[in-house]
Amino acid sequence: MGYEIQEEKVFNSGHAACPGCSEALALRFILNTLGKDAIAVVPPSCIAIISGPQPLSSMSIPVYQTTLEASAASAAGIKRALISKGNNHTNVVAIAGDGGTYDIGFQALSAAAERNEDIIYVCLDNEGYMNTGTQKSSATPSMAFTTSTPAGKLSPKKNVPEIMVAHNIPYMATATTGYPDDLVRKVKKAMEIKGGLRFINVLTPCLAGWGVPDSAGPKTSRLAVQSGIYPLYEVENGETYTLNYGPNGLSVADYVATQKRYRHLSPEDVELLQAEVNHDWEKLQKKFK
Amino acid sequence: MKTDSNRLLLSGNHAVSHAVRLVKPNVMPVYPITPQTPILELITEFHAAGEMTGEIMTMESEHSAMAAAITASLTGVRVFTATASQGLLLMHEMLHYAAGARAPIVMFNVNRTLGSPWGFWPDQTDSLAQRDTGWIQYYCENGQESHDTTLQAFRVAEQILLPAMVIHEAFYVSHSMEAVEIATQEQVDAYLPEFNPPHRLDPQIGESWGNTVSQVMFQNHRRDMGDAMERVLDVAKKADQELQDLVGRGYGIHEQYRCEGAEFIITTMGSMTGTARDAVDELRAEGVPVGLLKIKLFRPFPVADVREILSGIAKVMVLDRNFAPGTGGILYQELKAALYGLKGAPEIHGYLAGVGGTNISPVNIKDMVHSAIGEKPVAHSVWKG
Ligand SMILES: Cc1ncc(C[n+]2csc(CCOP(=O)(O)OP(=O)(O)O)c2C)c(N)n1
Ligand code: SF4
Ligand SMILES: [Mg+2]
Repeated sequence: MGYEIQEEKVFNSGHAACPGCSEALALRFILNTLGKDAIAVVPPSCIAIISGPQPLSSMSIPVYQTTLEASAASAAGIKRALISKGNNHTNVVAIAGDGGTYDIGFQALSAAAERNEDIIYVCLDNEGYMNTGTQKSSATPSMAFTTSTPAGKLSPKKNVPEIMVAHNIPYMATATTGYPDDLVRKVKKAMEIKGGLRFINVLTPCLAGWGVPDSAGPKTSRLAVQSGIYPLYEVENGETYTLNYGPNGLSVADYVATQKRYRHLSPEDVELLQAEVNHDWEKLQKKFK
Repeated sequence: MKTDSNRLLLSGNHAVSHAVRLVKPNVMPVYPITPQTPILELITEFHAAGEMTGEIMTMESEHSAMAAAITASLTGVRVFTATASQGLLLMHEMLHYAAGARAPIVMFNVNRTLGSPWGFWPDQTDSLAQRDTGWIQYYCENGQESHDTTLQAFRVAEQILLPAMVIHEAFYVSHSMEAVEIATQEQVDAYLPEFNPPHRLDPQIGESWGNTVSQVMFQNHRRDMGDAMERVLDVAKKADQELQDLVGRGYGIHEQYRCEGAEFIITTMGSMTGTARDAVDELRAEGVPVGLLKIKLFRPFPVADVREILSGIAKVMVLDRNFAPGTGGILYQELKAALYGLKGAPEIHGYLAGVGGTNISPVNIKDMVHSAIGEKPVAHSVWKG
């Protein structure tokens, strides 16, 4: 499938991500859409490694590397300082991993959403603590192997997109690297809707952590959408739901078959996973009018 | 320059809020905790009444308050926050981060006991436990001093580019009402130039902060922070003198009270100094040659000054309203380290007095002096509370 994207070069090559890394791909689309009038906040994660060791930087904008749990508060501090100086144009974006968002950084994120801070918060969701070597986060899905859940995760993935919707923020979207034009459109939309916290959850398959080949990032991302595991949708003001891409007949079995983190699953396990996905999709579908 | 209309009956905490009103920070992330809360409440009242502008951020935790304070400061604006006790401890990670980022945030901390168990009492262990975080620390004994020192802290922090913590104790100072002379706006504007740092987070400049560094870069950065801390001693003395020139009140970075001809010196910090002054007066009247050394600037510790002041003194008695299990009183440890190897160094009696907020009266201090005079000191802190 072809796509055309207008990019302003903010994200540069030569960074330290694994070859084929989806996080790096996502950063390219996000930063090159945001442009140069932006300041980024990045907590410890693979994103921080990709951002680059001093004195190098892969990003041609100011990047503040914060602590793992503080991204939303750090971004809000920058935005408020800019506002106090009369600067209402510079975009402040926090770009954090799922661990830094769903787990340890969630309190600060929820509070920034409640205060409706004028920031964009992007979660690069690779469903685990990858920088520390693939441990479980609350974004890790049911039954997936991680090094801290060697027998498979016992609980389902936390539904942070819906939790963010429940904060009645102006904009929440799910996106993924296999659909670059959709991701770019959502970043642009987030930029246009100023005056509140805009949240985008971007599924970014981790090659090493998920056990897929270097070239399989975009393909795996598309399978997640097409099997109904990760529908792409957006919600405005906590109530107006729009579906962008949903399941197209592929099954959970098609999705898990390509990933080593699921290779311990029995056919019964896969059926259980399929039932979970069906249930979630039915629930979500009711929200699209 | 002074007018009577600037004299108000205020709690120690409200004396701080008035200083903050005059300083006009751009960003103020806040979070409530007893006994700090009145500081933030009066600031938000000033703000609501239009007497202050700037961004008030009602955070969900002290950790986030300090996180936002750091980035606001690094974006190039003046920042204030306040906390106490558990709140200060929750900030611990970010206190190191702030100093490493060379963010000249000013924070007020109201000393309160640390759980567990819970208590609300004056005890300096909360802030003293942050002594290695790279923050400048000032200890104040009354609302007037807290008001004036808050102004000084901005002047020093912004010249040095290190964060500064100004501290007074729960209730004894935070909630006691006293007549406080409030600085005028003209005085404060003359004292504090606009804060406009050349390095800041700004797309026009393009500089970043926080990236991973090499071992050598890290070491050099820590060394720079150490050099900056050293410079605080002179800058703080000067800032005190400059404020004194404007408002007629100065404190020094430490104070010697009736130390002329003294053979015995009491050393302490914070509200205890007021009590110790009374004890000194009474002992002097009895003919006991005793004086008082008040440590106001605790970080950086004024090592050279303390060595000079205490050289040739027979005995020093340190009163610690704080306790580090395993090592004892923290001021006692600092003072022993500062005096190590000094010719004619005094004997040091380390007394744990007022830990947990127990009341220490002038009579208690006089009794301690009398018993110390007749005793050989031991090598550890002794409970006197
Ligand atoms: C307070 C704190 N605890 C633990 C860590 C260690 N740590 C660094 S990166 C990381 C994993 C982050 O995972 P995620 O946010 O999902 O980002 P990813 O590496 O997957 O991109 C952890 C746990 C830390 N930096 N700070
Ligand atoms: S470990 Fe995963 S997320 Fe991290 S750089 Fe490699 S592929 Fe990307
Ligand atoms: Mg992750």
